[in-house]
Amino acid sequence: MQSNRVAASQVLQARPTRRTFLATSGALGLGAFLTSCGVGNGSQGGAGNGKGSIRALFMKQAGYSEQNIQAMTGSFQKANPDIKVTTDFVAYEALHDKIVAAAPANTYDVVLIDVIWPAEFGTKHIVADVTSKWPSSWKQKMLPGAVATPQYKGTFYGVPWILDTKYLFFNTQHLKQAKVDQGVLTSWDGVLKAARALKSAGVVKYPLIWSWQQAEALICDYTQLLGAYGGKFLDESGKPAFNQGGGVQALEFMRQTLVDGLSNPTSTQSLEEDVRRVFSAGQASLALNWTYMYGMANDRTQSQIPGHAAVLQTPRGPAGQPGVNGSMALAVAAGSKNQAAAWKYISYLTSQPVQDKYALSSLPVWSSSYDDPAVLKTNPAVVPQAKKQLGDLILRPQVVTYNSISQVLQGAIQKALLGKQSSQQALDDAASKVASQMSS
Amino acid sequence: MRPSRSYLIWIHIAAVLMALVVLAPFAWLLISSISPPAELLASHPHWLPHEPTLSRYRQIFTGASGGDNVAANFRQAMVNSFVVATLTTVVSLTVGSLGGYAFARLRFGFRRTSLFGFLAIYMLPPIALVIPLYLALANLNLLDTKTGLVVTYCSIVTPFCLWTMSNYYASMPRDLEEAARVDGCTRLGALVRVILPLARPGLLTTGMFGFLLAWDEFLYALLFTSTTNAKTIPVAIAEFTGKYSSDFGLIAAGGVLASLPPLLLALLFQRYIVGGLTSGAVKG
Amino acid sequence: MTVGSPARGRQQPAPAARPRARRGGQGGRGEGRFAVALLFPAAVVVFGVVLYPVVRTFVLSLHDVTSPMPGSYPFVGLQNYIRVFQDSSFYPVLGHTLYFTLVSTFAELALGIAVALLLNAPLKARWLWRSIVILPWALPTIVNGALWRWIYNGQYGALNGLLQALGISQTPHQWLGSPFLALNCVIFADVWKNTSIVVFFILAGLQTIPEDLYEAARMDGASAWGAFWRITMPLLAPSIAVVLILRTIEAFKVFDIIYVMTGGGPANGTQTIAFYTYLQAFSNQLFGYGAALAYLIVLAVFALAMVYLRILRQGQMAGVE
Repeated sequence: MQSNRVAASQVLQARPTRRTFLATSGALGLGAFLTSCGVGNGSQGGAGNGKGSIRALFMKQAGYSEQNIQAMTGSFQKANPDIKVTTDFVAYEALHDKIVAAAPANTYDVVLIDVIWPAEFGTKHIVADVTSKWPSSWKQKMLPGAVATPQYKGTFYGVPWILDTKYLFFNTQHLKQAKVDQGVLTSWDGVLKAARALKSAGVVKYPLIWSWQQAEALICDYTQLLGAYGGKFLDESGKPAFNQGGGVQALEFMRQTLVDGLSNPTSTQSLEEDVRRVFSAGQASLALNWTYMYGMANDRTQSQIPGHAAVLQTPRGPAGQPGVNGSMALAVAAGSKNQAAAWKYISYLTSQPVQDKYALSSLPVWSSSYDDPAVLKTNPAVVPQAKKQLGDLILRPQVVTYNSISQVLQGAIQKALLGKQSSQQALDDAASKVASQMSS
Repeated sequence: MRPSRSYLIWIHIAAVLMALVVLAPFAWLLISSISPPAELLASHPHWLPHEPTLSRYRQIFTGASGGDNVAANFRQAMVNSFVVATLTTVVSLTVGSLGGYAFARLRFGFRRTSLFGFLAIYMLPPIALVIPLYLALANLNLLDTKTGLVVTYCSIVTPFCLWTMSNYYASMPRDLEEAARVDGCTRLGALVRVILPLARPGLLTTGMFGFLLAWDEFLYALLFTSTTNAKTIPVAIAEFTGKYSSDFGLIAAGGVLASLPPLLLALLFQRYIVGGLTSGAVKG
Repeated sequence: MTVGSPARGRQQPAPAARPRARRGGQGGRGEGRFAVALLFPAAVVVFGVVLYPVVRTFVLSLHDVTSPMPGSYPFVGLQNYIRVFQDSSFYPVLGHTLYFTLVSTFAELALGIAVALLLNAPLKARWLWRSIVILPWALPTIVNGALWRWIYNGQYGALNGLLQALGISQTPHQWLGSPFLALNCVIFADVWKNTSIVVFFILAGLQTIPEDLYEAARMDGASAWGAFWRITMPLLAPSIAVVLILRTIEAFKVFDIIYVMTGGGPANGTQTIAFYTYLQAFSNQLFGYGAALAYLIVLAVFALAMVYLRILRQGQMAGVE
């Protein structure tokens, strides 16, 4: 038993000897031999000859379904027989990490990126600059929110593909029970009034449910409200400005709904799916969520309230009603040796005919699609709202260090929502933290 | 000495209480897996579902795999996990039980440094090595392969096996090797023919936990695999929750099924673990 | 031959006489060579693929690396390490980690010893109780995290439901809704799963304690409690040391359950150091900084292991005659 301890504690008195060096250099040599061959191979991408095989990374269970994408890819390959495409799918949460991990190894030629990543990925040479490839006609024909999605400082790093923003969903039955007219829902003040009426009529305990867990979802909601109150994330010189004016008002609004018992306290631990579940179970009357919730909340097999979920544009605040730009774009990997083929694939996937065909899964990026009766037929309730909203989107800050700014803000907003700090104090702390991060 | 009656009653009560605390969450998992989604969202939990459904299990077992059908892909993930974990355990236990003996019984100058070196690898959080490991695996064409995962996991599980086996050997009486040497065995022979069989409880305990380290591992599996060629259970279950879709019942069903292989293995080897060194060779 | 090999049951010489003066090769060149032969396969398996990443990550920690792509980055020496201590977000994270580690490790140990003793007692159908104890261990961590997130849910959680059904509390609690409470809830979920491992380690350790010691103690008039402290615990000390070190390492590395249950929230309350390292290295692409954090984790765990062993060595000396 004692020798046990002896063995254990002798770990702590490392004293190298000649043997040590022999042993370690042996292992080192072996390791180096096995793994260092080809390491640091240049990430020099190349256009390639427009043929060959390419690999694309998409996300699972969101936007276009895997089946949709396989179908699109199949048609593409039929039209382009000398390009072969392999598709991989990962959960959205893992998408960023997968792109970063795979970048030095050049595993992928095409990757799906979120609207908040072009600055980061572009400057770090993870995705390629495709400005020269962008036809100027696209800039007119696509919705402005779509055109803004893959840009950073005027450079295009991809092509928008999945366009999305948050809408206001409400339960028509609950509103009827509380005798609330849906017309009041056009403004946030009206939403509050409706919520109070719903609560006092005893229709639901907490009329509002949000996705305020410490995650990017929280920033999406905050952004939409910040826009409604006329706030700004960064001022003209690029310094934090969310702790002034509209930025603070938005957070105070959020906090107040919790204090007044209008928002479900579980909101601070909920993501979009939790919002959908609570809403679909009829335990909330009003919610902000992405396009997808409409179909699922009205689906008899998945929802307790089929047929009662309705959708409107996001309510108006003092400064307007922009929707948060939650879109995604297809990008060419900077290290891809087959960029020409990759671009062909991307152009195909984002083209209007293909997008119109699958409009039920994800709304197109092309303005004229919203007037197309076929597209309208796929989702008659959502498309008109989308047409209005998608022309008015607000972006989260497009800076290289967006992720760390988001983390700081997430922590600060949560502190305020949980009552640990006042909204002003929390945002002031966050602003000074962000300022010091940006300057270092 | 016979234990008193009250003592027996108390330990059985304690055992029942312990069983309740341990089983309750697991029971909820099982119940959730057969509750329809609507009932999972009831404002007061339905302790027993009004309309139990085996549809999720059916999805997993009979769905056509590939594509959107995450449930059916789970089958393949179970196979992958089992293969990877078994291979990892076999390799790690083999090299670990050999190396652990060196740490426990032999004197050599680089003992402390090398033990620290191995343990340091085990202490390093996996996140630190992800990108260079990804590159290394890419260069060896081992990405999205079960072999790649086995190679990666062995580097984590082997130090664990080394450490625990070395402690186990050290707790065994020294006379065993002495006796074997006296009988004319070489050192290696003594190790393999005498020590290892007697170290079976330690080997099996270490093996069990090594198996679970590989079975459970999430981060490397998530980043190093991309298709059902190599996706393991944790990755498959993580995919049950999409940005736009999630059903806790499906995760629960996956969890129940994923627990079965480790459980079966543990049940099989349970008696060896607690058999202990009560065999005759040791006494006297 | 092997100097000082004790007969069974006799203690080895006190630590002072430990072979501290021995240098390499003292055991004879044969031992050294045999050791190399035994360790070579392990070295290949571990270092074969991992050595390059380990070295490269260390090299990264000395540079200001903000992208995964290869290239030349400015050498900054120990600047990343120093930055860790200048980072105001680091200290709460460190606090959470220490709290998580100490509470979960000691809870697992205390419960593990208690349950192991129970399973060692003359229970009927011991195989049944032991099988039950194995269950939490068999559940994948990802599922465990999802399960407890579901149980703790403020809207549909079973915990709130149970408290309501038992009449203990009518208002639903937000278990994961406040930082410190959430941290404790995560600890509880982790302890629930990992105590099984501890139980089995301790149980295996209990098997090596000869029955006669207890007989002798009983005949000398010792109580059950006395026998526990003066026989069981000292003889379990080596197993306890192993468990402590292993669980501490795991607690410092804890990532999966936090990723699934809380994502580091609420209000950064469940951010522990491995998760923080993930955020810095991957989400923020501060690879140099993340690498420095990772190596600091190794140092911290190592230091804690030293502390444990020092304490146990003293405890052992006090308990043993």
